[in-house]
Amino acid sequence: MTDASPDVRRDERIKPVSPFRRALIRPELGGICGTILVFLLFAAIAGDSGMFAAEGVMNWTVVSAQFMVIAVGACLLMIAGEFDLSTGSMIGFAGVMMAILAIHFSLPLWLAIILTFAFCVLVGAVNGWLVIRTGLPSFIVTLAFLYILRGLTIWGAVYFTRQTIIGGLNEKTAGDWLAPLFGGKVLTGLFTWMGEAGWIATFTRGNRAGQPVIDGVPMLIVWAIVLVIFGHWLLTRTKFGNWIFASGGDAQAARYVGVPVNRVKILMFMLSAFCACVFATCQVMEFGSASADRGLLKEFEAIICVVIGGALLTGGYGSVIGAALGAIIFGVVQQGLFFANAESSLFRVFLGVILLTAVIMNTYIRRIITGER
Amino acid sequence: MTALVEMRNIKKHFGHVIALAGVSFDVHAGECHCLLGDNGAGKSTFIKIMSGVYQPTEGEVLVDGSPVVFDSPRAAMAAGIATVYQDLAMIPLMSVSRNFWMGREPEKGVWPLRTFDLAKADEITVAEMRRMGISLRGPDQAVGTLSGGERQTVAIARAVYFGAKVLILDEPTSALGVRQTANVLSTIDRVRKQGIGVVFITHNVRHALAVGDRFTVLNRGQTLGTAERGSVDAAALQDMMAGGQEMALLESSLGGTI
Ligand SMILES: Nc1ncnc2c1ncn2[C@@H]1O[C@H](COP(=O)(O)OP(=O)(O)O)[C@@H](O)[C@H]1O
Ligand SMILES: [Mg+2]
Repeated sequence: MTDASPDVRRDERIKPVSPFRRALIRPELGGICGTILVFLLFAAIAGDSGMFAAEGVMNWTVVSAQFMVIAVGACLLMIAGEFDLSTGSMIGFAGVMMAILAIHFSLPLWLAIILTFAFCVLVGAVNGWLVIRTGLPSFIVTLAFLYILRGLTIWGAVYFTRQTIIGGLNEKTAGDWLAPLFGGKVLTGLFTWMGEAGWIATFTRGNRAGQPVIDGVPMLIVWAIVLVIFGHWLLTRTKFGNWIFASGGDAQAARYVGVPVNRVKILMFMLSAFCACVFATCQVMEFGSASADRGLLKEFEAIICVVIGGALLTGGYGSVIGAALGAIIFGVVQQGLFFANAESSLFRVFLGVILLTAVIMNTYIRRIITGER
Repeated sequence: MTALVEMRNIKKHFGHVIALAGVSFDVHAGECHCLLGDNGAGKSTFIKIMSGVYQPTEGEVLVDGSPVVFDSPRAAMAAGIATVYQDLAMIPLMSVSRNFWMGREPEKGVWPLRTFDLAKADEITVAEMRRMGISLRGPDQAVGTLSGGERQTVAIARAVYFGAKVLILDEPTSALGVRQTANVLSTIDRVRKQGIGVVFITHNVRHALAVGDRFTVLNRGQTLGTAERGSVDAAALQDMMAGGQEMALLESSLGGTI
């Protein structure tokens, strides 16, 4: 014992792992398979419905991008070991707050947007702070905020404007420097050129005749891509990302080695609120109005995207790329059933089945990672 | 030679529970000092005072001969006292490398694009684990796939790499099988030979005798003194742990089987 040579212990019972199996145990795997499957399915049943023409593609891409924006926040938060059920209410709240500030209080739109973001991110911090201080499950704390924010939204809209839908934001966007960041379009030149070159369809009648049916990429899609890249980079390439995994994997263990778990979790609640605000602002800019009932059930849809993307509900494991694929699956299925002329209530059935499959598969993958324990 | 850490007449009360009633203990460089005691004897409480988790109700802690007050685990860590707790502070779903560097990730690049230097982290992790006699399948192998003994070794290697002068191990062998226990004991031996002072907590006399240089027995919050290697045998230690009398009686009725 005392003179043990530094021989290298190797347990001969551990089978070498094939690269194939290694590729299997990636959190994104389910998302990749699901995405391929869903595209094949809709190519088969809705291939000739225009779903894969320029307009159709833009249609489901926008819907997917919406899911993606909130899924990034939900994903990082879930990996950090918490949930945010207030996302949907936050979307409604942010839109209405922005509209009240801009229309009722006649603030410039950019100021209304900035104040709304600041306030909502603060509410996110309060969510996180309460979870940390009370030690209650975030499920309960944010469930309370689901009701509080929705109630405040409806009350505020009615109190200030006597209605639950606040319009008239289109006039405010003109000349505003911040609004195009959420409501603008990019690559318009490229699409005009593609229309002229005959790559995509153009309007044949009306006052927009000759213009391409798609005149640019909405900023919402740009936000989705930027958030996904940022989230993925943060999670996998930075020190802070390691702290996110650690905080969700085992908060106590992380604290022992000096990871500032409370700060990590509160910051992730703030990011989740930020993502909800991006969603809300893009939607307000697109419609030119805010409505007190926006964002209903979005918190669950975000969580579903994240779970389809391979994250564990118990925290400590997951992938932003996976969550983004989950959002694509969600968007394609929702819009695809519409293109396929299917009964829209079937969407829910489909969703339930996908969710269940994803969770079962994730549990299996986790068993492989942790050595079947 | 002054002790790396010396604990003088430590008392700790939790409300009206007297967990420690005046315990003295020291550890020198390059030795393995075993702290023995039955469940509930106060071993974990004692080392938590040494590692800054608790503050003593009474008594002194000295590092290199001068008195210190550890108001947090960070303060103790900064003084070179590293602790591997019973529950290890390892995250099964994370890779060995990510666990190894958790809380102290090396970085490269300039802010705001500063990133976790995974290549460097992986390389050092593999090298350090090899030094401790464990060959990893790869630095990205999840800790969950390691055996209990290997996990202990990762935790120990991590503490040693980050400059521990005193390494406290709280019951590292209590949940392990025979072979894994042997591995951990030989890891302790390796660490000691590097000049680190090891505090090895156990309630298993045979494990203590296998690597210990000195032995201190705790019984119901009190110590019965410290014995040198060679001056005690297993039976004597066993007796002290159980508080003499009753154990002798019990043992005779069991025919010396424990
Ligand atoms: N935080 C605490 N509050 C109250 N009593 C405690 C606390 N920690 C330990 N004790 C008591 O102190 C005694 C010693 O416990 P501990 O140090 O964990 O023993 P050991 O590690 O030797 O098994 C036990 O009786 C335990 O109940
Ligand atoms: Mg203990």
